[in-house]
Amino acid sequence: MRMNNPQLDADGRLKHLLSIEGLPKKILNQILDTAESFVGVAEREVKKVPLLRGKTVCNLFFENSTRTRTTFEIAAKRLSADVISLNVNASSQSKGETILDTINNLIAMHADMFVVRHAQSGAAHFIAQHVPAHIHVINAGDGRHSHPTQGLLDVFTIRKYKPDLHNLRVAIVGDILHSRVARSEIHALTTLGVPEIRVIAPKTLLPTQVEKLGVHVYHDINVGLKDVDVVMMLRLQNERMNGAMLPSVQEYFKTYGLTQERLALAKPDAIVMHPGPMNRGVEIDSSVADGRQSVILPQVTYGIAIRMAVMAILAGGQAGGAQ
Amino acid sequence: MNIVIKNGRVIDPKNNVDQQLDVYVAAGKIAGIGAAPAGFVANQTIEAAHLVVCPGLVDLSARLREPGDEHKARLVSELKAAVAGGVTSLACPPDTDPVLDEPGLVEMLQYRAKQQGLANVYPLGAITRQLQGKALAEMSELQTAGCVGFSQANTAITDTQVLWRAMEYAATFGYTLFFHAEEPFLAANGVAHDGEVASRLGLKGIPSAAEALALASILRIAQETGAKVHISRLSTAEGVAMVRTAKSQGLNITSDVSANQLHLTEHDIGYFNTHCHLKPPLRTQRDKDALCLGLKDGTIDAVCSDHTPVDDDAKLTTFAEAEIGATGLELLLPLTLKWAQQEKLSLTAAIASITCTPANILGISAGDLSINSIADICIFDANAYWTVNANTIKSQGKNTPFLGLELAGKVNFTIVNGKIVYPQ
Repeated sequence: MRMNNPQLDADGRLKHLLSIEGLPKKILNQILDTAESFVGVAEREVKKVPLLRGKTVCNLFFENSTRTRTTFEIAAKRLSADVISLNVNASSQSKGETILDTINNLIAMHADMFVVRHAQSGAAHFIAQHVPAHIHVINAGDGRHSHPTQGLLDVFTIRKYKPDLHNLRVAIVGDILHSRVARSEIHALTTLGVPEIRVIAPKTLLPTQVEKLGVHVYHDINVGLKDVDVVMMLRLQNERMNGAMLPSVQEYFKTYGLTQERLALAKPDAIVMHPGPMNRGVEIDSSVADGRQSVILPQVTYGIAIRMAVMAILAGGQAGGAQ
Repeated sequence: MNIVIKNGRVIDPKNNVDQQLDVYVAAGKIAGIGAAPAGFVANQTIEAAHLVVCPGLVDLSARLREPGDEHKARLVSELKAAVAGGVTSLACPPDTDPVLDEPGLVEMLQYRAKQQGLANVYPLGAITRQLQGKALAEMSELQTAGCVGFSQANTAITDTQVLWRAMEYAATFGYTLFFHAEEPFLAANGVAHDGEVASRLGLKGIPSAAEALALASILRIAQETGAKVHISRLSTAEGVAMVRTAKSQGLNITSDVSANQLHLTEHDIGYFNTHCHLKPPLRTQRDKDALCLGLKDGTIDAVCSDHTPVDDDAKLTTFAEAEIGATGLELLLPLTLKWAQQEKLSLTAAIASITCTPANILGISAGDLSINSIADICIFDANAYWTVNANTIKSQGKNTPFLGLELAGKVNFTIVNGKIVYPQ
């Protein structure tokens, strides 16, 4: 039995943001354009717009996060929402409460929007399937599956520096296998018409049939980085560093770490991105991370605008943006 | 109680019968087909015009969840489901709690099943104690207690020395060993076929090679030891090809496929549908086609329901955390009919794969309508459609990927031991 797209309502409007996959280009552009109008809000003296006044946004983190949770919190507060942040790992789940019980309790407390992070792929879809129609769910990362706001903020950043998306060569380097960020970036880039996406990684860190996502596979970073416009680095999780996936951090840096010499293979005006938190000296050299081509900190800034845009659109206030 | 089943289309694959005939049941046995035995007086008449009368179905793998998992299903609920699905004999795997590795447990299970007077239960004993793959269970004692074969359920014997000894020991007594072929290290933590869909959804995959690797060990050791081996629930094209080759080399092996695998692929997972969290995982279209073809050409001998009822809460979570399994006893007949229809095969071919062939694998006297055999009969309407949903399913487990689907093949009557047990 086929289900309708769980992210869209009957009129094709965004109901939940669960994954970039399955979202039409029109909606991605709507989010990016709305975010554009929110970039300026942070520079005002009063960094607030009243779009979510009276609404309660619940950050529900079943898995730890600092950056994503903080940016979602700031985004919701700048939209004048009331924000609750729950680190569920430390509370009810350890007492044996199910995800649905946790959600239903918060719904009983009149939460309007859930921002959910969970270690299992599909958790946000699962929650979205079981909440009442007026509740919105934003996926803030589920297992290896999806991290849509990260994918969106990444293309937003790219658009800022390289506005002609139809004429770009993008390389994603690192642990694609375990990365929800990589999957979201790939879907966002392909949907928006970026013609060439490369993934660069050893075979142990690539998903089976990754080329079916519409990417070109490179194992040699020195070949893969040649003439690219954008280099997107991925974080290497500690637990993958010394084992059957990779022999050692040193060897990984030697074979796949982004150094100035390697970056020189890309176009001279190429930008370097990283979703954070970075492992300096593991996947990226400090001189690159802090170098003139790095846009890693702007990514964080734009992340707030993107999250504001998503919340505003879900709450129905998309038309006005920041005006 | 004498019963006459009148004007039905009798299909008895073992005896090459496909004809409109009357069936006479007396003293729990088939007393006559076509002509009434001398002095037969019917107490009850079943009018079966436009219905198919065939042997009661034999299921090679149905979990009844007793002992130990009564919150998922109970013996009585699942045996009612069995007869509602036309299943009159079923083999249950040993992965209960406690494991079926003690003769006393097997006797108790059989005694309790018999008391229900519904479908016949044939336990498969554990090959190794606690299914731990280390020490052999008391196979001979278990056989005496009623086990018709031995199995490791979903677990593997990773120590090839133990696997070898288990086969040697079983071969000594002529016991059949049932194996689910999956190499556990490659499959570790996997929840879906390692392919396009799992990659996209970010689910940990189980490569097809996991089946091939396990099969390679099992088949090679079977060849060395001469053990009689049954491969349960094949899932890959490569697995089918390996079994085909092994059979052509004269190995004493048989195999089955789950009815789920005949109709579903990895794509049915859709948006993380936990009903599709099954073992073996749903694989590719190519694998599905190879399984359907393998069943058609006899490489795969039988279809099983792989009935694994799960309580609703256990499915109400994320895909990877959802418990494995689907209810299946009541879907075995319609899903097998659907396969035969798609492959343009006769009803006889479909029915053989769920009656006489699995009975033969279990070595039990069931699955045919020979004169004087026990009267286990299924009477169904091949053209009646019904919708799979929580209300139409009798099993305590309402979980199946087929929920909402309309299927042809509705059981009207089930007779066990000459008694009408469905409808009750």
